[in-house]
Amino acid sequence: MNYIGIDIGSTAAKVAVLGETQQYFVLPTGWSSIDTARAIQEQLQQRGISLDESLVVSTGYGRSAVNFADKQITEITCHAAGCAEKYPNCSVIDVGGQDTKTIRIVDGVVSDFLMNDKCSAGTGKFIEVMANRLGCDIDHLFEIAERGSALPISSLCTVFAESEVINHVGAGKPREDIAAGVVDSVAAKVAGLAGRLALSDQVVLTGGLSHLPLFAQSIGKKLGHPVQPLENGRYAGAYGAALLAQRLEEKKNRKEK
Amino acid sequence: MTDYRQMWSDLGMDLENHDNLCAVLPVAFGDTYLSQENRPEGMAFYDFVVSEIHGVRPAELIEHQKNGGKVFGTFCIFVPDEVVFAAGGIATGLCGGSQFWVPDGEKVLPKSTCPLIKASVGARIGRTCPFFRIADMYVGETTCDGKKKAWEILAEDVPVHVMDMPQMKRPQDIAKWEDEIRNFIKVVEEQTGNQVTAEKLAEAIKLLNNKRKALARVYACRKADPTPISGKDALLMTQIAFYDDPARCAEMANKLADELEQRIQDGVAVFPKGAKRILISGTPMAIPNWKLHHIVETCGAAVVCEEACTGTRYFENLVDESQTTLDGQIHALAERYMKNNCACFTPNKGRIEDIIRLCKEYKVDGVIDANLKFCTLYDTEGRDVERALKEAGIPVLGLETDYVDTDAEQLRTRIGAFLEMLGE
Repeated sequence: MNYIGIDIGSTAAKVAVLGETQQYFVLPTGWSSIDTARAIQEQLQQRGISLDESLVVSTGYGRSAVNFADKQITEITCHAAGCAEKYPNCSVIDVGGQDTKTIRIVDGVVSDFLMNDKCSAGTGKFIEVMANRLGCDIDHLFEIAERGSALPISSLCTVFAESEVINHVGAGKPREDIAAGVVDSVAAKVAGLAGRLALSDQVVLTGGLSHLPLFAQSIGKKLGHPVQPLENGRYAGAYGAALLAQRLEEKKNRKEK
Repeated sequence: MTDYRQMWSDLGMDLENHDNLCAVLPVAFGDTYLSQENRPEGMAFYDFVVSEIHGVRPAELIEHQKNGGKVFGTFCIFVPDEVVFAAGGIATGLCGGSQFWVPDGEKVLPKSTCPLIKASVGARIGRTCPFFRIADMYVGETTCDGKKKAWEILAEDVPVHVMDMPQMKRPQDIAKWEDEIRNFIKVVEEQTGNQVTAEKLAEAIKLLNNKRKALARVYACRKADPTPISGKDALLMTQIAFYDDPARCAEMANKLADELEQRIQDGVAVFPKGAKRILISGTPMAIPNWKLHHIVETCGAAVVCEEACTGTRYFENLVDESQTTLDGQIHALAERYMKNNCACFTPNKGRIEDIIRLCKEYKVDGVIDANLKFCTLYDTEGRDVERALKEAGIPVLGLETDYVDTDAEQLRTRIGAFLEMLGE
């Protein structure tokens, strides 16, 4: 039996397979979550994973597009499950492509959570837009940001913040200082959201930016509390979904007994 | 269905744009309401009212005017309807609950005004709501800054009387509200040409108390677990109560309550056993704003109570009926209305006590504190509400939303996660 977690986010679709085999893979979400779901199905088949002998939990904003899922569960519950395995008592900060959330986990279950409002500032999208503006990709933006000293970018809105970046570019400011300003600005917004919930001693960062040490450091500095990137943090939601798929079976078995 | 086009045309409405509204409402209502299973039969009356929302009641109001009567449009549950009915007038709610009216409102109001005000002003100046055309006078109140300024804009187009709300609840504030009611009586007497006597006011107090009691009966049925009526249906009854004739409103609500009480005895439920019970607190949900209830209930939970103007605040507390003099009655009215715990008061601890009490009465699993965008008062108070509920061990989710549907999926995720947090 395989337990498959599928997390279709706004930017990337992450898949975790547990059970007979352990596999992780990621696809770009693209234009249609339905096409993405189909592509995932094909990938699974190519990897020799039969859906007939699998339990599937889908999550993320494209969760309803996965028509072969046994259950849909929100990304908040899935992220929490993915983190609670290692940290049963912690605060999770998840910076996604279109939203940022903070989740408090007590004894392995969600006790409270917050999500950013519709605005995309303080999300991966913000960094993506600014990286485009600076003519680099996200990883590269963080690389040069290490060397810079942050310029102020204060706007709460991605579109307005982009004009601030353009002003800095127009004024001939060093690229690394602008990049450092972008990271600093996102970190401040993320920390602002995270600070609204009572923090646990253990604070964990997940999402597509969690492999960048500077990001966790910057958020930690703003929070005044160390932030630990979760290993394989991009897959936290998918991994959590796969764990919950496993629990679906345990629940079913209990009922049958 | 009766053709009301002539009536709308006589009212000076923008028929072409109004047709757009008439085209979308039945679809929205069908998707949200008629898709529900096992609805109480008593809801047929409310479905009918919605199907002719801009026809059947407006026609009655026009008939009343033809007979020399006056119609007063109100926007807030602090305005004492008793005074209007005692003078032979009719009071009707005017709050706009649809995004349809917002663009017209934004022509004269800042975008950063709450959607309820924008929709209400837009419905007037866009000439797309018969109730706004019919009312001889609007009665405003100073419950927030947005409304205070909106009255000035509306007053360019229609007579407006504004009641000055106290901001605190000290004895002198209740005395001040009494003064405002006295003043309101004079204004209404002038408009209608009828005197408000102690006898007439006593009748009107009874009339409105009966309406409150009937609404309270339906709400009491929602305390049953499982609930015999969906939150959406109960909300619809409350929303229509703002527009309907008070005696008929009481009659229909009592009929619905009879049926619900029978359903409780027979164990008839509208949600599967174990469905989570949610209380929604916060800003008003004017018709046709069913957004939050729809999302919660299609996520599998039941909304069992609204701590809102379109909810318990509308009917809780009765006016003392034992007073026989105008002075005594006016004092009783002031006391009853000042019991309302609106975020316009400082401090407003009573509202938190209300929410916690209602959570117990309605056996609630969790609270969603929901505020319309740009409602600074409720938004700010949300912090206090959330903290107090957490301290009381009641799970709470704070949300901000607008009339637009663009945040529906984000709301669905938050609400879904909240329900998952409450456990299955």
